[in-house]
Amino acid sequence: MKAMIRGNESIAYAFKLARVQVVPAYPITPSTLVPEKISEFIANGEMNAEFIPVESEHSAISAAIGASAKGVRVGTATASQGLALMHEVLFIASGMRLPIVMGIGNRALSAPINIWCDHQDMMSARDTGWMQFYAESNQEGLDLGIMAFKIAEDPRVLLPAMVGLDAFVLTHTVEPVEMPEQKDVDDFLGEFKPNYVILDPKKPATLGAFAFPEHYMEFKYGQWIAMQQAKKVIDEVFEEFENRFGRRYRKVSGEFMEDAEIAIVTMGSMTGTAREFVRKLREKGEKVGLVKITTFRPFPKEELISVLKDVKVVAVMERNISHGFGGAVYAELGSAFVNQPSRPKILDFIVGLGGRDITFKTFEEVYGVAKKAIENDVDEVNWVDVNKEAVLKAEGLL
Amino acid sequence: MSMEVITRGGVITEPGNSVENKTGSWRVFKPVINYEKCIRCLICWRYCPEPSILKIDDEETKMNTPAPKEAMKRLPVVKIDYDYCKGCGICYNECPVHAIDFVREER
Repeated sequence: MKAMIRGNESIAYAFKLARVQVVPAYPITPSTLVPEKISEFIANGEMNAEFIPVESEHSAISAAIGASAKGVRVGTATASQGLALMHEVLFIASGMRLPIVMGIGNRALSAPINIWCDHQDMMSARDTGWMQFYAESNQEGLDLGIMAFKIAEDPRVLLPAMVGLDAFVLTHTVEPVEMPEQKDVDDFLGEFKPNYVILDPKKPATLGAFAFPEHYMEFKYGQWIAMQQAKKVIDEVFEEFENRFGRRYRKVSGEFMEDAEIAIVTMGSMTGTAREFVRKLREKGEKVGLVKITTFRPFPKEELISVLKDVKVVAVMERNISHGFGGAVYAELGSAFVNQPSRPKILDFIVGLGGRDITFKTFEEVYGVAKKAIENDVDEVNWVDVNKEAVLKAEGLL
Repeated sequence: MSMEVITRGGVITEPGNSVENKTGSWRVFKPVINYEKCIRCLICWRYCPEPSILKIDDEETKMNTPAPKEAMKRLPVVKIDYDYCKGCGICYNECPVHAIDFVREER
């Protein structure tokens, strides 16, 4: 059945179809519609869940941890400053190995205050031990939202997961989405059985205990192993999903990559524009390909090496910046190749921060630099679509 | 300290094991009660956060433990549980008659 829904609703529907039992949430632009829609589902009797209105995002994720530790399926949603406010608690959710799923309306961080899209919020939560998925479309938001539960709850994994949807470009945009049947999702996910611990007075346990230097590292190593295991589990779940629902997901998807000399690497909604741009260039005979990263944590190192090893130049386009070095995807992709016998030239393009549109003009500039890089030295980190002159004047350099 | 069994998420499935973990090894200084001065007021027993000050109420201990005045021997005796005392010094700080010394732990 097709439905016309906004990106936020794709997360709300994923939670409804997954029969999430507890949703603690605090509204924040652009993901407010997620708790709003869930409240509506509950009020209409369409969803049997407890909605916990909390006083902040810090409390939202704390309540999610409590509920998940009780042994129920838990979902929440936030964005930007809200995710940043959750930061210290995110480590607790992953350290306690609780399979919470969180929808993120990927949004820029202040200052200056800005409510529009970039990936800085989730990238800043990169090291919290959560799995990270980035959706290209509302369909992907819905599907990844459902699959995230199956991956997170797998006994080999037991880690929380974030599903990112680009602010406004997806969260507030209506798209046709193939809505899975409840019965099929029930069969796919199964009933949530906390396979490790349940808060039960008859079977007492201590959760969130203290660990001395003698023990702490073992727990971190456990999370490291779980992330490694997740790579395999994600592939299995993506495959099972395809068999049941007919839609194919990959941690890394390459398109037009045969004989490609230049590869454009994207994440999230910019991929749609990139695909059209690459298709047009291919018609003109340009040897260019597209690589979309869907799973950023665990980082799909092997898949990226495999798809990119034979190209001459990789142009990473990303909506985040780690000031003082470059973008996170560029940094990690470079690291992935560092011990390879041969590697492409890897360039970073900082684009679309704070909701700046990523258009064909952006891609043309990126492609121009990438093409030049085949023969010449170019800057490693490039800011695209920026009024550099005005900034340099303000900084007293012009 | 060693840990043979690691649980995922650091869950402790057999609660109450603090009885087995003797935390007295953390101590740098230890409180020592001078019974010649102790008036058995139980202030240290109330303040101890652990609680590692034990209240001993049997007749034999009460009578056989020295006290500044004979009449005080009717009152319960305080004793320090060195298996768990972490040496915070609160009892030493609170004792109104300075009957607790705080001395460097020697091992």
